[in-house]
Amino acid sequence: MKDVTRAEYCVIACAEAWRGDGEVLASPMGLIPSVGARLARLTFAPDLLLTDGEATLVRPDGTAEGWLPYRQHLAWVTGGRRHVMMGASQIDRFGNQNISCIGDWERPKRQLLGVRGAPVNTLNNPTSYWVPRHSRRVFVERVDMVCGVGYDHAAGARYHRIPRVVSDLGVFDFATPDRSMRLASLHPGVTVEQVKEATGFELTVPDEVPATREPTAEELRLIREVVDPAGARAREVAS
Amino acid sequence: MSDKTMTADEVVSRLHSGMTLGIGGWGSRRKPMALVRALLRSEVSDLTVVSYGGPDVGMLAAAGRIRKLVTAFVTLDSIPLEPHYRAARERGAFELTEIDEAMFMWGLRAAANRLPFLPVRAGLGSDVMRVNPGLRTVTSPYEDGETFVAMPALRLDAALVHVNRADRSGNGQYLGPDPYFDDLFCEAADTAYVSCERIVDTAELTKAGPPQTLLIKRHTVTGVVEAPHGAHFTSCAPDYGRDEAVQKTYATTAWPEFAARFLAAEEGA
Repeated sequence: MKDVTRAEYCVIACAEAWRGDGEVLASPMGLIPSVGARLARLTFAPDLLLTDGEATLVRPDGTAEGWLPYRQHLAWVTGGRRHVMMGASQIDRFGNQNISCIGDWERPKRQLLGVRGAPVNTLNNPTSYWVPRHSRRVFVERVDMVCGVGYDHAAGARYHRIPRVVSDLGVFDFATPDRSMRLASLHPGVTVEQVKEATGFELTVPDEVPATREPTAEELRLIREVVDPAGARAREVAS
Repeated sequence: MSDKTMTADEVVSRLHSGMTLGIGGWGSRRKPMALVRALLRSEVSDLTVVSYGGPDVGMLAAAGRIRKLVTAFVTLDSIPLEPHYRAARERGAFELTEIDEAMFMWGLRAAANRLPFLPVRAGLGSDVMRVNPGLRTVTSPYEDGETFVAMPALRLDAALVHVNRADRSGNGQYLGPDPYFDDLFCEAADTAYVSCERIVDTAELTKAGPPQTLLIKRHTVTGVVEAPHGAHFTSCAPDYGRDEAVQKTYATTAWPEFAARFLAAEEGA
């Protein structure tokens, strides 16, 4: 078996977000989260529901098993039987996320996508995040526009939960007394210093930081031969 | 039963500057581009546009027709950031009401149900509340006592949508995988104009697909326009996919130059 690449550790870290979720819809945004969701479905989370990115619920081989147009997808968000992994142009220590614009909202320096469904997602179903390039531009002290609601802004909203943030450097959670971001695991080959250097706010770092787990031989085979045989993951995260 | 067929230019002749206009489709999918093109050829301006935005918004923004935009996003899908919309926003070209996708849907539903608002568990805690200071909240009158956003109705003066087939009286059929929110746009509007790939006899409609594909009901429709390739260059599954080459040209060409070609072109060109 060839050496495990950084992109493959990222796939494993994303897949783990859906462990134990049961029969809910996995909604991955981005390539590596998509590979991760399918891997989870094929291995330790066999009850997950997947979509083809349009209006069809599919099994991992592409067989249709249901219809999920946007109007119903939005209802599933509010019903809570879904766990989304979204992107973030900016994210802060409490998990507030921005995909709308950079700079002043009235007249932005850079207009991005818009808030999309981030406000409704973060108040209704578990929302994890994926950041392919961990940097101080993304992990910021304060986001310019709160789209996805973080723990401080959610003010204890009943269904608000951010299970994890995965970047190309490691995995992060909010298991701290004030629900601020904590380094949960480092991808092999990454140092704590590297993460601190690339993070624009003070991160909680435990005394012992575990490594992101190794994929099993079967998981590596599935990633490389079944889920992403063309190796597109390497374009999102270089090794 | 009345024959509601008209041309795209006849549709636009019924629109006025200052109107609130809802545009169906989603991102760069099944946008009523033939109607948008006719609108761009007209003098109609000062619009409040309500759209899950794609190139419809980019073009109208680039052409300076938008006074206010109500949206949750603007994207070309395969090109995530809409360049003409971005440029317009970055030069402060129009007012923006930026709301969440679900808030948008509930705004249309409220309008369709003649309700002033509907409660939605979205927006609270986010900057959607900061940038839309007019948004109000309501408290559940039941034991839970939860606070929700009271999403105001998105009532439209006119709606423009595009579907695969329609009959002359305005029954509209979609044959692709997703209805998007086109029926809701029509129900939320005082007048609605439906363009379609092909006008067929009513009896033909259920030969192409089962009754549940008959998305748009004629009582919500004012005019029907036969516009083959009328969503081009956005997608109109299963009749055609997105024309990525034209979309790329659109995204990388200065608007006046693209407009000269796009507005002069025959439908489907």
